Amino acid sequence: MTALLATERISKAFGGVHALSDCTIEVEAGSITGLIGPNGSGKTTLFNVITGYERPDAGDVYFAGRKITNASPQRVFADGIGRTFQLTRIFPRLTVLENMLVAAQHTSNGHGRARNPLARAGGPADRHRAMELLEFTGIAKHASALAGTLSYGQRKLLELAYVLVADPAIVLLDEPAGGINPSLVHLIADRIRELNAAGKTFCIVEHNMEFVMGLCQHVVVLDYGTVVAAGPPEAVRDDPRVLDAYLGIAEDDDEPVE
Amino acid sequence: MNAPAPGLPGSGLPASRLPASRRSAAAAIRAGTGARIGLVAVALIASALFPLVFTNQLVLSMAFFTLIYIAAAVAWNLFSGYCGYISLGHAVFFGSGAYAAGIAARDLQITGTAEFALLPLAGAVAALIAIPFGLIALRVRRHTFVVITIAIFFIFQLMAFDLKTTGGTAGLYAPFLVWGPVVFNQRFYYMALLLAAATVLIGWLVRRSRFGLQLRAIRDDEDRAASLGVRAMPVKLTAFVISATLTGLAGGLWFFFVGQVVPDSGFNPIFDLTVALMAFLGGLATVAGPLLGALIIEPAQQDLTSQFSNGYLSQILLGALFLAVVLFLPRGLIPTVGGQIQVWLARREPHLPAAGRGSNEPAADQQAQASGAVAEGTSL
Repeated sequence: MTALLATERISKAFGGVHALSDCTIEVEAGSITGLIGPNGSGKTTLFNVITGYERPDAGDVYFAGRKITNASPQRVFADGIGRTFQLTRIFPRLTVLENMLVAAQHTSNGHGRARNPLARAGGPADRHRAMELLEFTGIAKHASALAGTLSYGQRKLLELAYVLVADPAIVLLDEPAGGINPSLVHLIADRIRELNAAGKTFCIVEHNMEFVMGLCQHVVVLDYGTVVAAGPPEAVRDDPRVLDAYLGIAEDDDEPVE
Repeated sequence: MNAPAPGLPGSGLPASRLPASRRSAAAAIRAGTGARIGLVAVALIASALFPLVFTNQLVLSMAFFTLIYIAAAVAWNLFSGYCGYISLGHAVFFGSGAYAAGIAARDLQITGTAEFALLPLAGAVAALIAIPFGLIALRVRRHTFVVITIAIFFIFQLMAFDLKTTGGTAGLYAPFLVWGPVVFNQRFYYMALLLAAATVLIGWLVRRSRFGLQLRAIRDDEDRAASLGVRAMPVKLTAFVISATLTGLAGGLWFFFVGQVVPDSGFNPIFDLTVALMAFLGGLATVAGPLLGALIIEPAQQDLTSQFSNGYLSQILLGALFLAVVLFLPRGLIPTVGGQIQVWLARREPHLPAAGRGSNEPAADQQAQASGAVAEGTSL
């Protein structure tokens, strides 16, 4: 298996609704892979299955060649898969810097040794790295503000920043460009490109076609919980099945929450 | 935006490139730390001298109960305030501490000052009860958690009434201490002071630690915390057990002071409401909030009870105060007042944050600093 992250014939039903059926995708190491599809096609459910928030009815998830099906969310994170949520989920009553430190404290010191839990939250190295990432995403000046006071776009940037703190091998982004202004969309795309150039792998769910087609090297199209097309953006764009399933009828409205 | 990509070498920022706002914020935080150390020193000296200045027995006994409630409220806040699981069953630990000490003293025929050797037992029994209690109750959140803690509380109260070993409605008596009344109150005052100070210290240590940050992350969004690697159940349970241990110690010491425990006094639902109200009034999840709340509420309650023969009056007022706090002061005294002071200071010196080498968005900077200062205030 050459893929960094792969799902194999995943099925998941909620009552009578088949959110995913026989869904098989692969995310190559070092790629930016887009995951698109009409509303309700199972994109967020697939993210939830991969990251341990939902148990699949059938099928397996592989990460770096290892089976991680049904691992808990914290296990998945420790293995090196970071994710963001469609509706951003930050810790509103912690400061922006504290938000960063929540994720930072689970990385080992490089000795693989658990750290003293009563040690002060965020040692100098963690704080330094947290501030660097806040500079990188452009919200460093809000470091000591409560995260709940940030605007929606700033929250998206914070979520991106704190997922990066623990240096995951792959980052799953659920609609990183949803509901924010165009200049911020460009900033986020630039940051993703920069990180990808430095070796980080991304898998992105997004409705903004311009964003997906401009950023991703590989695009997977879901419809009714199953893969209908996969390939480079240009090929996928012209695929009649995709036009039929998605691009012809798609609007910008939101998909239901996880 | 010229910050290099993280993970690439040479990404350190020289200190001179730090925005002026951040340097002045750092100075403000240093000044705040100095003021806080001073405040703690003054409070410790004043409370140590208190029984030497106020020798009135009634005042000293009120002070003892206040210290017991400070310990209980800070311990409650260490769990419920930090991680957002509102427990209305902490009287289980208070009562269990008292009953454990009482049962052991009776069965082991312990007399006199040897009873104090039973205090660790009071804490240990409360901790042992907290483990299965927590494993059951911490599976559910919010309202369901509250209801389960109340249910477990009533199970314990009923056991105290009905079990043979707890002495039924007559309860248990503490060993008699042959101390004169003045010495008695003074010694108990200092023991309670030690417990309260240790509890506040533990509350502070936890608040600033990784563990405390994990608790507050769980409070804000438990599922999100899990996806960032926080192992929620062990973290919650550890806080619950620490909180229970401290509450059990407070219960044991309280029992030795009052000399008798009955089911209604050991397992008292008013205790749960009172400690919760103290923390709400002072400020949930702050270090000093529950201390301040206990300092305001407990003497007032003691005074009301002694002045009016109608014991229910203070309970009615307690309920009314709870409503008023939730409606008008939802964040509690310390965050609200702290935030107001910071906003006032920021308004008084509008150019402070943008001084020197400028940031190009002084207004935004100032706002960030003001709200940051509010956040600092909450960590008091």
